[in-house]
Amino acid sequence: MFLALRDLRFGRTRFVLMGAVISLIAVLMVLLSGLSQGLVKDGVSGLQNLPITSLAFEKGVQHDSAFTRSVVDEDAVAVWQEQDGVKDAAPFGLALVNGATADGVEVDLALIGVEPGTFVAPRSAKGEEFGATDGIVVSSHLVEKEGVSIGDTITLEHSDLSLRVVGVMAEQNTFGHVDMAYVPLDTWRLAKAGVNDAGQLNERQQHEITAVAVDGPDDTAAGDEAAGTESLTQRESYDASPGFTAETSTLMMIQVFLYAICALVAGAFFTVLTIHRKGEIAVLRAMGASTGYLLRDGLGQALLLLLAAVGIGVGVGVGFGALLQGTAMPFALVAGPVVLAAVLLIVLGLAGAAAAIVRITRVDPLTALGANR
Amino acid sequence: MKTSRIELRDVVLTLGDGEETVTALDHVDLTVEPGELIAILGPSGSGKSSLLAVAGGLSTPTSGTVVVGGETLTGRSRKELTRLRRELIGFVFQSGNLLPSLTAADQLRLPATFGAGRNGAQRSPAELLAEVGLEHKADRRPHQLSGGERQRVGIARALIADPAVLLVDEPTAALDRARSHEIVQLLAKETHEHGIATIMVTHDHDVLEYCDRVLVMEDGRLSEQEG
Repeated sequence: MFLALRDLRFGRTRFVLMGAVISLIAVLMVLLSGLSQGLVKDGVSGLQNLPITSLAFEKGVQHDSAFTRSVVDEDAVAVWQEQDGVKDAAPFGLALVNGATADGVEVDLALIGVEPGTFVAPRSAKGEEFGATDGIVVSSHLVEKEGVSIGDTITLEHSDLSLRVVGVMAEQNTFGHVDMAYVPLDTWRLAKAGVNDAGQLNERQQHEITAVAVDGPDDTAAGDEAAGTESLTQRESYDASPGFTAETSTLMMIQVFLYAICALVAGAFFTVLTIHRKGEIAVLRAMGASTGYLLRDGLGQALLLLLAAVGIGVGVGVGFGALLQGTAMPFALVAGPVVLAAVLLIVLGLAGAAAAIVRITRVDPLTALGANR
Repeated sequence: MKTSRIELRDVVLTLGDGEETVTALDHVDLTVEPGELIAILGPSGSGKSSLLAVAGGLSTPTSGTVVVGGETLTGRSRKELTRLRRELIGFVFQSGNLLPSLTAADQLRLPATFGAGRNGAQRSPAELLAEVGLEHKADRRPHQLSGGERQRVGIARALIADPAVLLVDEPTAALDRARSHEIVQLLAKETHEHGIATIMVTHDHDVLEYCDRVLVMEDGRLSEQEG
């Protein structure tokens, strides 16, 4: 790297310009990573936080709208509990509802119905434990964002049910960008049906749940067969969250494009650089420098440039990200995806550079003689 | 033991393929003894550069034998030729052909980084720079040096690994008369003091007084100069 380091210093203007392009790509990559993690959090954090392995929905339900369309009879819970390898199973209901606080603040809620005491029942970080018939335990996000606080009353549309906010969970629990609020199953059934009195529920509605929440084996075929359900794993259920697939696949596509751009930019830069250096490479080869020496020198230079550029870019991106975190924008910086993006940028950039730098092997040392330079 | 001899025996080099072939070297025999500086004159296209290329292991002759510093170059792989070039051969190129990013001192340190020289033997960069009269310009890069200074650094670079032979390609092409004399004098001095076998290809009839022998190349044939 004797020559590579001196070239970097001597040609710093061009290397800084090139590095700046890669740095900007890295900044963008960090911001996109934060945005996509933020969207994941906003979209499915409530599902991620559930202590389940799978959800058993109504057989034949459309996967992308399973939560809103599935209707399962409560009897399926008992069938699931008896399956081999199932540690626990509990009824789970989900309904998207609108409501308003006494102050007139409108709130959208993903109303979750579970039985108190089951393994999917929420834990309050503040306030009372979950269990009161008209008591709801809400996502911390609702408190931070909408200014709802413990003791407030939320009145639901249609059913006109009045629910008291009794507890707040430790974390953000959202479903399709809407905050989750847990109520006991019986209350949930009223809200779902849009009525105020249990007497108005028909036979089917009295036993209705959305899905069976299961903590058990990876293979759900036997349970589905016995209970007449159709299971989605916890991960698969994310796709049933409104907009989740569209949002994440859009961002994923942008990221893939950025990786490709990084590789192409590095490839183009080092192609021009290598062509520009043809004369001096011919001289070096005539002097007896081996191909391995020249490749090590060239690739070492590319690696140094990429490491510095991506390092600076990630640093700036994380700095920007820290400012965005906590604003209304769904943004969450997570170390794993950021590191992965940085490593991929370096690896792909190096691959692009390598494709260009192998041109060194095609330079004929004979061209060093005569007036070719 | 240093055997600094260049021997070309019945060397033929045919360039081009198919019907359009050119005989660049036509049964050339040449021996350069250690400590001998020979000049090769000739019009462009006469085969002078081809002779350097063959003697330097950059081109493989169509037939004949090339022995440089006791090593036979003919019949070697490209990799072997690269090794022999860095161990035995010093090249001086037109107008120096220095690397733009390196200072004069670094130009001389560079060959050691790819293992130039027999068993890595190196002369001292500082001493060699002083010998070519550039000790005060060790930190200058090529664009900060004059044409003559660049060529002197180029010569010092060719000598740094203590080569058996020196192959010099038109060293005075870009220089004025006074500089040309200095450069060829320097080549003669180094050749004689270090027992190097040196071939210098040139157009310049003005500098032949420093050469031990002058040969003329014409249509690929080599002959002693008349008179």
